[in-house]
Amino acid sequence: MKYLCLICAETVVDQMSEADAQACFEDYREFLDALRASGHYVDCNRLLPAATATTVRVQPGGRVSTVDGPFAETKEQLGGYVVIEARDLNEAIQVAARIPGARHGCVEIRPIATDAPTRYALGQSAG
Amino acid sequence: MSPSEAEEVRRRVDALYRTDSRRVLATLIRLLGSFDLAEEALHDAFTAAVEQWPTDGVPANPRAWLVSAGRFKAIDKIRRRARFDASLVEMAHTMDADDEIAPESPLGGVEDDRLRLIFTCCHPALSPDAQVALTLREVCGLTTEEIARGFLTPAPTLAQRIVRAKSKIRVARIPYEVPNRNELPERLASVLRVIYLVFNEGYYASAGQSLTRTDLSAEAIHLGRTVVDLLPEPEAIGLLALMLLTESRRAARATADGDIVLLEEQDRSLWNAALITEGTALVQAALTSRRFGPYTLQAAIAAVHAEATQASATDWKQIVGLYEVLAQADASPVVLLNRAVAIAMRDGPEAGLALIDPLLARGELEEYHFAHAARADLCRRAGRTEQARRSYLRALALARQEPERRFLQRRLSELDSD
Repeated sequence: MKYLCLICAETVVDQMSEADAQACFEDYREFLDALRASGHYVDCNRLLPAATATTVRVQPGGRVSTVDGPFAETKEQLGGYVVIEARDLNEAIQVAARIPGARHGCVEIRPIATDAPTRYALGQSAG
Repeated sequence: MSPSEAEEVRRRVDALYRTDSRRVLATLIRLLGSFDLAEEALHDAFTAAVEQWPTDGVPANPRAWLVSAGRFKAIDKIRRRARFDASLVEMAHTMDADDEIAPESPLGGVEDDRLRLIFTCCHPALSPDAQVALTLREVCGLTTEEIARGFLTPAPTLAQRIVRAKSKIRVARIPYEVPNRNELPERLASVLRVIYLVFNEGYYASAGQSLTRTDLSAEAIHLGRTVVDLLPEPEAIGLLALMLLTESRRAARATADGDIVLLEEQDRSLWNAALITEGTALVQAALTSRRFGPYTLQAAIAAVHAEATQASATDWKQIVGLYEVLAQADASPVVLLNRAVAIAMRDGPEAGLALIDPLLARGELEEYHFAHAARADLCRRAGRTEQARRSYLRALALARQEPERRFLQRRLSELDSD
């Protein structure tokens, strides 16, 4: 089963000192190497800071509304994500606890849907 | 079979339901991989027993019979439903193939479906409210209505909580297993917290007309015993000891009219000696393990109270010492408050007030009526009547339970008459 791990923190790497940022990248390099080796790795990326976010909504009349900022203003911002393959939630929790960001902020674990309508929408199976 | 023999079989089935239905359910959940399917299967298995045992006789191993009957009926149902719902075909196949293969035991020998059930219901990925509701429903077999009454929560709210929890177990795939060694401390803490919450709700009913709700405490003690039987970890033993020692005072802590009797004024001959003996022995066992924690320490404090034949004989020096150790492990404001009260008993009310006032100034205890009641009591003993009155009034404004409110009102009127 696939789980999306959303990494949230008050301070993201762009706001760190050069030395701290470098240490952070090193931590992720090490973590992701281990994740590939253990077979849990599916995907991972870093996001640019929330200050660069834009939220788009299409109004009932079709007008596009564009607003500066993330869809929810919180003290912690989404800094990146890891998609993992895990046997169950317990294994996912153990993997998520090893994400470097879990030490500075927190990681939200969300199971990724695999039901038939979703697979159809993704073009992975015939309706 | 004669009518009286049939009646006897009926009684056997009823008795089996009480003693074994939760074990059968726990195994069916493992075999069927679903709480809802397992509950249906449990019901079907007992229905089949009522129908078949009067003619066929009671099987040699009734529990195994019930598990296998329940499993068979569930698979049959899934097959029939699979004819109309293609998504169930795979499930029906897996169940056939998936015979009773025991998953590898992470705890070397502790192979019990009941333990799996307890750990799953108390999984920290479920909300604390849901953990409590699900444990009482699935592990203790209480009905939703009984749980709702126990927690003064509307039954539909509770039912909804249970449905959501089961859905999260299924969808997020919370596994049906006993956690492995490195997860165990955190997971066991979650189980013990649920048990203690249930016990406290039964013992210190947080609101309502009566001081205690015996049923919930009895369920909690039963759960505590089950966990100790299956997994005799020091803190599990400590929690059971704490519950037994607290429970031992139940008959003495309220008058016939339901009014509170404080520990120092209780008729100690009403304390339950058997519970005290058992609780004290458990405290010793947990302490000698040297891996004990806050529950064991609280139980040790309760044991010191229990060994004093009258309030004046209480070894406050030892109690203060135990609170010091407890505060090192868990420096929560409530622990510090209790420590201050113990110090007041050892060194006099002013010594306690010198600790309680800065603690109250921190703000975390502002809404906790026991903190204001404790301060009021120390002020009363120290002869600071006006301050005592103010603190009793503050406690009264926060207390939601009728016997507590009556107690505080009584104290207030005693201040006036002095």
